[in-house]
Amino acid sequence: MNRNKVTIDGNEAAAYTAFHTNEVIAIYPITPSSNMGEHCDAWSAVGKKNIWGLIPTVSELQSEGGASGSVHGALQSGALTTTFTASQGLLLMIPNMFKIAGELTSTVFHVSARSVAAHALSIFGDHSDVMATRQTGFALLASNNPQEVMDFALIAQAATLNSRIPFVHFFDGFRTSHDVMKIEELSTEDMHSMVDDELVIAHRKRALSPDNPVLRGTAQNPDVFFQGRETVNPYYIACPGMVQEQMDKFAKLVGRQYKLFDYIGAKDAEKVIIMMGSGASAAEETVDYLAAKGEKVGLVKVRLYRPFSIDHFLSALPQSVKSISVLDRTKEPGAPGEPLYMDIVNAISEKFVAGELKINYPKIVGGRYGLSSKEFTPAMVKAVFDNLDSEKPKNHFTVGIKEDVTNSSLDFDPAFSVEADETFRGKFYGLGADGTVGANKNSIKIIGEGTDYNAQGYFVYDSKKSGSMTISHLRFGPKTIKSTYLINKANFIACHQQVFLEKLDMLKEAIEGATFLLNTKIPKEEVWDSLPEKVQKDLIEKKLKFYIIDAYKVANETGMGARINTIMQTCFFAISNIFTKDKAIDLIKDSIKKTYGVKGDKIVQMNFDAVDKTLANLFEVEVPGKVTSKIQLQPPVSGNAPDFVKEVTAKIIAGEGDDLPVSKFPVDGTFPLSTTKWEKRNIALEVPVWDPEVCIQCNKCVVVCPHATIRAKVYDEKHLKDMPDTFKHTKFRAKDYGDDMIYSLQVAVEDCTGCELCVDVCPAKNKKETRLKAINMAEQIPLREKERENWDFFLSIPELDRRVINVAKVKDSQFLEPLFEFSGACSGCGETPYVKLVSQLFGDRTIVANATGCSSIYGGNLPTTPWATDKNGRGPSWSNSLFEDNAEFGFGFRLAIDKHNAQAKELLKKYSDDIGTTLVDALLNTPQKDEAEIYEQRENVELLKKKLKDLLKAESNGKTGELNHLLSMADYLVKKSVWIMGGDGWAYDIGYGGLDHVLATGKNVNVLVLDTEVYSNTGGQCSKATPRGAVAKFAAAGKPAAKKDLGLMAMSYGNVYVAKVAMGANDQHTLRAFLEAEAYDGPSLIIAYSHCIAHGINMGKGMKNQKAAVDSGYWQLYRFNPELAEEGKNPFKLDSKGLKMPLKDYAYMETRYKMLTKSHPKIADQLIKEAQIDVTTKWKEYERLASWEPEKSEE
Amino acid sequence: MDLSTDYLGLKLKSPLVPSAGPITQEISSIKQMEDAGAGAVVLYSLFEEQLEHESLELHHHTEVPGESFAEATSYFPEPFEYKMGPEEYLKHIRKAKETVDMPIIASLNGKSLGGWIDYSKQIEQAGADALELNIYFMATDIEQKSEELEKKYAHIVKRVRSEIKIPIAVKMHPFFSSVAHMAKELNKAGADGLVLFNRFYQPDINLETLEVEPNVILSTPFAMRLPLRWIAILYGRTNADLAATTGIYTETDVIKMIMVGAKITQMLSCLLKYGIGHIAEVTSKMKLWMEEKEYESVEQMRGSMSYMNVDDPAKFERANYTKVLHSYK
Repeated sequence: MNRNKVTIDGNEAAAYTAFHTNEVIAIYPITPSSNMGEHCDAWSAVGKKNIWGLIPTVSELQSEGGASGSVHGALQSGALTTTFTASQGLLLMIPNMFKIAGELTSTVFHVSARSVAAHALSIFGDHSDVMATRQTGFALLASNNPQEVMDFALIAQAATLNSRIPFVHFFDGFRTSHDVMKIEELSTEDMHSMVDDELVIAHRKRALSPDNPVLRGTAQNPDVFFQGRETVNPYYIACPGMVQEQMDKFAKLVGRQYKLFDYIGAKDAEKVIIMMGSGASAAEETVDYLAAKGEKVGLVKVRLYRPFSIDHFLSALPQSVKSISVLDRTKEPGAPGEPLYMDIVNAISEKFVAGELKINYPKIVGGRYGLSSKEFTPAMVKAVFDNLDSEKPKNHFTVGIKEDVTNSSLDFDPAFSVEADETFRGKFYGLGADGTVGANKNSIKIIGEGTDYNAQGYFVYDSKKSGSMTISHLRFGPKTIKSTYLINKANFIACHQQVFLEKLDMLKEAIEGATFLLNTKIPKEEVWDSLPEKVQKDLIEKKLKFYIIDAYKVANETGMGARINTIMQTCFFAISNIFTKDKAIDLIKDSIKKTYGVKGDKIVQMNFDAVDKTLANLFEVEVPGKVTSKIQLQPPVSGNAPDFVKEVTAKIIAGEGDDLPVSKFPVDGTFPLSTTKWEKRNIALEVPVWDPEVCIQCNKCVVVCPHATIRAKVYDEKHLKDMPDTFKHTKFRAKDYGDDMIYSLQVAVEDCTGCELCVDVCPAKNKKETRLKAINMAEQIPLREKERENWDFFLSIPELDRRVINVAKVKDSQFLEPLFEFSGACSGCGETPYVKLVSQLFGDRTIVANATGCSSIYGGNLPTTPWATDKNGRGPSWSNSLFEDNAEFGFGFRLAIDKHNAQAKELLKKYSDDIGTTLVDALLNTPQKDEAEIYEQRENVELLKKKLKDLLKAESNGKTGELNHLLSMADYLVKKSVWIMGGDGWAYDIGYGGLDHVLATGKNVNVLVLDTEVYSNTGGQCSKATPRGAVAKFAAAGKPAAKKDLGLMAMSYGNVYVAKVAMGANDQHTLRAFLEAEAYDGPSLIIAYSHCIAHGINMGKGMKNQKAAVDSGYWQLYRFNPELAEEGKNPFKLDSKGLKMPLKDYAYMETRYKMLTKSHPKIADQLIKEAQIDVTTKWKEYERLASWEPEKSEE
Repeated sequence: MDLSTDYLGLKLKSPLVPSAGPITQEISSIKQMEDAGAGAVVLYSLFEEQLEHESLELHHHTEVPGESFAEATSYFPEPFEYKMGPEEYLKHIRKAKETVDMPIIASLNGKSLGGWIDYSKQIEQAGADALELNIYFMATDIEQKSEELEKKYAHIVKRVRSEIKIPIAVKMHPFFSSVAHMAKELNKAGADGLVLFNRFYQPDINLETLEVEPNVILSTPFAMRLPLRWIAILYGRTNADLAATTGIYTETDVIKMIMVGAKITQMLSCLLKYGIGHIAEVTSKMKLWMEEKEYESVEQMRGSMSYMNVDDPAKFERANYTKVLHSYK
């Protein structure tokens, strides 16, 4: 049979089989598995059918716990049901997995295996999640590449129906889930042949049904539970054989033969590696290479890990084996060994003890590799084999890192390579926004589908959401590609942004004779002089071919803007000679049509024009014989940075984190603050420039700046001494801080992302030329040097004393120093202005509990953190626990703080005479309601500490212990502010139960919901905050239900302060709400409208969208203050004037609404009408609430 | 009493025709127009530029943020099909045709020549009875010569004429140096009718925000004087049917326009202001007037007050300001 060849990634391969062989699919987004659910949702939305001609039902739940519950329910009701997940998501499914397995229920969970968060969260791949399910009774089946993913998904589906054992089918997160490869697509006939209809009917017959009622899920007692648990034994014994049967059946049908344990290598191998997952491909490639050279090495690839068949395993081992190295991609601290190692030791020892071992007892060692997608290369495989050569091989080793604390790591030679010369290996460095990755994904498809070559594409992104660099790794060639690691010996390197050349030594990975393509604005004749010395050296010494293109020129001429994807792709095909020039152009155009045709002819034509204009602008540059450049690579951080930043952070920034040894890292995941300021990213092409003549000093630009890069200061003129010559300042227009004060507005041009929100909100216009405002955008490069100097000078000017600032006014509040700066959030982010505001108002006494999501990534993703300290070393202390438990996590902060505070007060009272009653009185009674009182209390605490230290010096009796305790808790006498932050996915969905509970406790916590109305961090999936009529992932046909009214639900408790804010509509209201919420001695909830890149808007105008949302009445501004109720007043104040414009006029400013009019016009029409009714009805409801007058109680 | 009229070779039961505007976006409104006595309807304009803009906007917002960050390689579901072209507009034509008996006149504003031709053909295929070409080029470029621009207008009409069979009207604006000559040229190029005149939105400036603000204001009854004069002048001197638009509010406005030579009178502002039922009111008042003045049909009065039929045609010619003032006194 001729099957389609498709070029897809592992996630799509799994989703393809799962969709075709199931009826119900329950989903929840989590990286890196979200795409599987997204594919299924999209297919279901367009009516794609499974192998029985039915459209599977795809349903999103509120958490993975919820998804697994629904899976369990649908299975018990007889539907073929599946789900997709990873990491913490899989952990949340474990309770149901026990049930599903205990009830012998057929299902397959497809898992893109990912690290479980421990000392840190990681989205990347290893087996720690899957290993945590070993005890559930699920079978565990590992696939190693996208082809195997598609195949094993089907084999698992067939085997689960056959064996009644539920399966986890897993593959490595990112390395396989996101690896784009050319594979053979299974046909519906293949799938139907494998999935036995009779078994499907048998599964259905076991369903709970009132027509054939049974009871399942009893509670049992000590007398029988044990026996009941043992009933399943025959099924587990039979399962491996059944899986092998299905593998054999599959082989007959499709031609690819798999075994439970596949052996690769020399027949007489003496050294054998045993492992599973994508790393086995790199090991196989190495074994092929070494065995061909006569080395006696081999590899056992474990496919079915549970139920573990000792017999099948031993029959796969060559008789000649003398030593075994077992590799685990997980870590179990404290265990005698990692799981696979323990299983292998057990298997051999058990057979040996039983006298059934047919081989000589081999040496067995185990080691860990590849945690969180750490590279696993042939060089490491060789090191593992070499370790077996020694008399006493290292056991419990690590490979791939330098473990210099307990010295467990194996050394390896990074230069060792086994890659075939005939395989093309290209690396492409681009910006996220320039379309490089998309172009390369297309190129791989073109090559995969246009030639007989094997093809692979893998894409690496950095951890910033704005100005991020991408590296595409493309391989293709006649040989099967088994290289499951990044390219480190490239024969093609493309640099799509010349600025990278000064930051990265990208040609170090070029092999001799390779090709280098550079996108540059500099003409052919002058380009040589613009290259750094190291680049020139590599070009000469490695005899590289050098091509240049001015892709931005072509993009501008053809309407492509900043998208150079098609242009660079055309260059690549023109240089690489994979196809003739004409054929390449035809194929590219064909691909453009396929990709963009659906979006309109204009887009297609624009791309066609770009292709046609490219070749005339592509030039080969003759490489001179001599290095002439004096340009050096830029250091990642300045020499003034602290040691940790220079030794650790800087390495990570430079892309050399892999080289850092274990000893350099904190043992418990604790990192210092204020590190983003060292990472001068220089990503903005244009930055704001202040015009003091026009400025009205309103500080609106400062409050909206998402990255804290535009700041204002008021100061005495004396501080201008020694100012740089271009430093700008003017007279402060108000007298609040004294006569003749000076005002400066300064931009950190090296940290600015160029979003333009500041310019957009600036209300001051130049009287001569109204196109100019008080701040205007200008090119960054010419300003960089001077403004760097100005910024440093600006920072040296003292901050205003917090005690004199009128924090209740927006303008004045912006003289408070932000303790959240230069985050990696999207340019123009709508969340970070709120986060920054918290840091300004309360940062020096705040503890933040941050739910997993965008805010935890821009807040806590290495290399640097935006959370910062003030000159006293105080600042927000921040932590992220999980996605689902954030409210409870922050609640725990409050409990501990209150406890410390209470204990300190008790001890103060107890030792009042020793400490001094005046000081104790002051410490116990300072109200701490404003900055002055907090300052006063801090002074009191300092006196207390001094006193305690004196007492401790003098004391030698029994008081020492308690005085020491008091000293350790003295700081808790200063009011602490607990902030619980997160997105709507957390607050409305997965964490809602906890949030609701924490609000109900009445404890003094402040909850900030950064409401983007979708799961932004994982790519815009629908949440219960998504409004009716908006398109989101998992709601491709528009969200059919209205947004949940979280605020109203919280108000129902009566004692929760609730505010709904939108900074872009009313910044003063936002400020007031934050101050009131924090001042309220009880739980507070602020729901903050956060415009988002997932709305499909111009982020530089996001504040306008916020205003429109409020003007339409869709987003109401209000405050519900329980303190007013205590005063006998209506606690609810509606603070906006809504219904000023139809919802449509706001909604259709945003792609999330508008795209529905293009994809599902009829539904769009209906939903927008319904959404307008929602708005009007809700508005009236709130008006009614606001108009309520409390009855006067009779005296 | 015969109110029927011929326009672009179509038989209309009344000269009252709602003109292109948002009011024709609902099929139910079109049905109400017919019930109120409208002779035909000109649908809102299909703007090629808008379709193009929407396509680019959607492309930008769905494509550009993607592939930047490992957890979010995209932010929107990728629909398998978008209706980025004129599908909705064409469906609207088909639905309107199914719903009412009166002629449906589509309206088109193209951007590229290819767009003018393609969309015209699709509009014809969708069943429109006639097509009104809403052509305008804002001559903001001081290097652009008027002659070149005028040729561009005629060229579009000629090319569209050669591609479709349904009648074509051209909505003219009054800013040509020689309106009369342009009318002749457009007719020569293939325009079966001329609609006088197109009204452009007139931007305002906001003194608070110091921003230019798009500002759509309804036409006032005084605005009808301009088309009235030019229809009077052109009547009988061009083979094109003349349609009056702008500032037509009452039965007397309609009657005046017909008397100077209009085949139909297009109304929009008054319908936005008073509702669709206004058509019925104007119709009945017009009948009353005609009865009172003993007119039997609109045909009878058409052109009776045109340049060629009045006793003092010079009054339609450009007269200087002082003379007008004098006559007023």
